[in-house]
Amino acid sequence: MNLRSEIRLALAALALAALAFAPMQTAVAADTVDPVADAKAFKKFFTDKFPKVKLEDFVNGPYSMNEDMHRQWEEKEQFPPYEFSLDMGKEMFSKPFKNGKSYEDCFPNKGIGIRQNYPYFEEKEGKVVTLELALNRCREANGEPPFSYVRDEMAALTAYMAFTSRGKPFDIKIPNDPRALEAYQKGKEYFYTRRGQLNFSCATCHVQSPGERIRAEVLAPALGILNAMPIYRSEWNGMGTTSRRFTTCNSQIRGVPLAPQDDEYRDLEYYLSYVSNGLPISGPGARP
Amino acid sequence: MSIFKTSLLSLASVLLIADATSALAATEADYKTALSAAEAANKEAAGLRNQWTVTAAAIAAAKKAAEAGDFDKAVASSNEAEALAKASIFQATNEKTLWKDMEIR
Repeated sequence: MNLRSEIRLALAALALAALAFAPMQTAVAADTVDPVADAKAFKKFFTDKFPKVKLEDFVNGPYSMNEDMHRQWEEKEQFPPYEFSLDMGKEMFSKPFKNGKSYEDCFPNKGIGIRQNYPYFEEKEGKVVTLELALNRCREANGEPPFSYVRDEMAALTAYMAFTSRGKPFDIKIPNDPRALEAYQKGKEYFYTRRGQLNFSCATCHVQSPGERIRAEVLAPALGILNAMPIYRSEWNGMGTTSRRFTTCNSQIRGVPLAPQDDEYRDLEYYLSYVSNGLPISGPGARP
Repeated sequence: MSIFKTSLLSLASVLLIADATSALAATEADYKTALSAAEAANKEAAGLRNQWTVTAAAIAAAKKAAEAGDFDKAVASSNEAEALAKASIFQATNEKTLWKDMEIR
């Protein structure tokens, strides 16, 4: 065998080896959980899809997708429909419980300007804790009955807390704990999994079709979608919490919703909030 | 064709139709079997955290029809519920890997 043949043989062997290993590397890459890379790809996807929309404007949901709607929203913000909820939340937040303590005693910085840090991974419990869950735990720890996760009281409290964080960028942490990474990954899986008789995933509407209409609604992009929570929805004729949004989405696609604050929803909120890290809190928001 | 032959044919037709009709009429036992299959499938879907609202609606319709004594309808609704529940199981099972196709990378 001459030198040229040897080189050819060696190159062929190298190419074969590369071919053999390539799918394995892809498979490993696909299964590796990398939240930083996910968040980067997530932002790139939406900024590429909507090059005219500023990154921080994605938090305005459908209003960021359409100039006419944006103008309507600016006018609406002069007399915001969530104002009554905000006032109610502020009053509730400062009113002491029967034992004399208040919500201030349950949260860092007395609960002011901290919404951007929720949900967080609670290492003792090994699970994600959302703001809604933390509020009800605070109530129960102080001898008060928990609020419904989908009703006005919870919306009012979270509206007030979000308002005190307006403009602060989402700052969700994933600690160096395999359980936290698993919760994040499960949230991601839930987001992309099709369910219900209509065979929709969260991503069907909020990744594949933001800016498009579904009946009379303009679909919001997934990027920054939780930054505006809770929201006043004209369709609901009232305020809605993140729990209400998740359960309603499920029933709209003819899936039986899980119970609010079930692990799946907590993980979903963790994932969606993390990939919107850096975008400002804009809640409480208003939507058509 | 003689009158005798025509009468025999008519009689046979009547008997056949009567037989077919009685075979189609569902009983309470048929309903219970069909409902039980639907509920078992829907329970499996619940274990996969993927029940459909339409399955629950079909089960409710089956129970309502059975209460009214309409077992044909009750069996039909139960069968529909079972088919829907099995579809939701199929969806959940497939989505365990398919969700990755939709992921932003």
